[in-house]
Amino acid sequence: MKEYDLVVIGGGPAGLAAAIAARDAGIQDILILERDRELGGILNQCIHNGFGLHTFRKELTGPEYADRFVQKVIEKEIEYKLDTMVLALDADKTLTAVNREAGLFQLHPKAVVLAMGCRERPRGALNIPGSRPAGIYTAGTAQRLVNMEGYLPGRKVVILGSGDIGLIMARRMTLEGAEVRAVAELMPYSGGLKRNIVQCLDDYGIPLLLSHTVVDIQGKDRVEGVTIAQVDHGKPIPGTEVCYECDTLLLSCGLIPENELSIGAGIKLNTVTNGPVVNESLETSVPGIFAAGNVLHVHDLVDYVCEEAASAGYHAAEYILRPVQEAATVLPILCGSGIRYTVPACIRPEALESEGKVNIRFRVDNLYEKKKITGYVGDTLIFNRYRKVVAPGEMETIQIRCKDILSCSDAKDITVKLEG
Amino acid sequence: MEIKHLTCICCPLGCQLHAEMQEGRVVSVSGNTCKNGDQYARKELTAPTRIVTTTVRVRGGIRPVVSVKTACDVPKEKIFECMKELKSIELEAPIVMGQTILHGIAGTSIDVVATSAIRKG
Repeated sequence: MKEYDLVVIGGGPAGLAAAIAARDAGIQDILILERDRELGGILNQCIHNGFGLHTFRKELTGPEYADRFVQKVIEKEIEYKLDTMVLALDADKTLTAVNREAGLFQLHPKAVVLAMGCRERPRGALNIPGSRPAGIYTAGTAQRLVNMEGYLPGRKVVILGSGDIGLIMARRMTLEGAEVRAVAELMPYSGGLKRNIVQCLDDYGIPLLLSHTVVDIQGKDRVEGVTIAQVDHGKPIPGTEVCYECDTLLLSCGLIPENELSIGAGIKLNTVTNGPVVNESLETSVPGIFAAGNVLHVHDLVDYVCEEAASAGYHAAEYILRPVQEAATVLPILCGSGIRYTVPACIRPEALESEGKVNIRFRVDNLYEKKKITGYVGDTLIFNRYRKVVAPGEMETIQIRCKDILSCSDAKDITVKLEG
Repeated sequence: MEIKHLTCICCPLGCQLHAEMQEGRVVSVSGNTCKNGDQYARKELTAPTRIVTTTVRVRGGIRPVVSVKTACDVPKEKIFECMKELKSIELEAPIVMGQTILHGIAGTSIDVVATSAIRKG
């Protein structure tokens, strides 16, 4: 089997953008491994529009957005294998994969980009009591069934969780003739974008029940109904139960980065994001293995996935072409008040280009109004921006000039926080 | 004078807008914290439009459906008419991305185009 300098695991937007950037940075032998029957990843089933406003200044549908990257991969003659599942990744970057043509095979690339994306939290992870009939799907599974396989999974639907996929599916099922009876959300606010609440629920008169959850599922062979109750601090309030007759329950209760391969390679994971801990080059704790997109931390916008993945691809190329010594100093990025996590988690000043910039992406831990996002290198303020509102559902990015970090040569750490 | 309530979608703030309407026209908008909210309310209350995205049945392709969209915004009240019309047609593979699959949907002059390709299979 031919060997490659760089193997990208996953042919969704992150994998495609990483491969393109690595090619542009001068890497010839690149291979993308994709487990599905086509490139494009989850975008292929996201047939609604609204993708690409940042990158292309245009509202594209998911398949159209993916196609722009697929066409580039084809133009640049980057190799890819479809219907190919990576089974294992070792710390020495040995990859074991399988497909119908080659059977089981191994690759020994110089660098790897992890771009496996994320997976939906299934019923088993939610502890919903009740029987186990047919008719319970994650919102993404239902999306694939409707938009790609041509099936309608049910006619009377209740949706648990108000993440964006749940909201999008509320509209989609309604357009296809199903009745969406309610969307229940455990939290007192929706995790979805305002635009989706208005255009997917309000447009069709679908009620959004905040601080509510499903406490029981009825039905033996098929779902016959679900019981929804109001909650207080996550606990159902007795006496508030209401039964909704339905044949389908869709779950849109969060996404988890898919890191089984990363764990196998001994890569250190962040307990908040469930994604790898990475440095400024988006390199994981295993040298030469980089990560980007939803496998690293769950994003809201594919534009940011691709931007991040292009950076990972570029740094993977640099790693192959210009290997560097292990850095003497590593500045951890500390999460100050209001910050749940940051990506990257640390910065190596020696790896910075003096005229360059480094993006720090993060999420806040609550809804805040009128706050300043600040960045400090040691005690020196290097970033300060006023924000009218910040919300946990919207990823934030601050861009720091490398020379601001390099000029504070005695600093031990970097801090990002909310103030004011 | 009629008061309409709506949520602004221009930014994450999600201002609750209140618009005073008279004979189908927006007289004033309040509750917004910037001019985008004012513009949004006026458009949304007088001539709301949406892009319709859905799927259409395909014969002889690698997949049984192809994703499609209206080439531009259609009036919001025509969404279900668009759906009904698109449900009634069946296409033949292959289909290329961007191909017009229907001219003038729901009595408008707006075309419907494929947003993905379906190979023969």
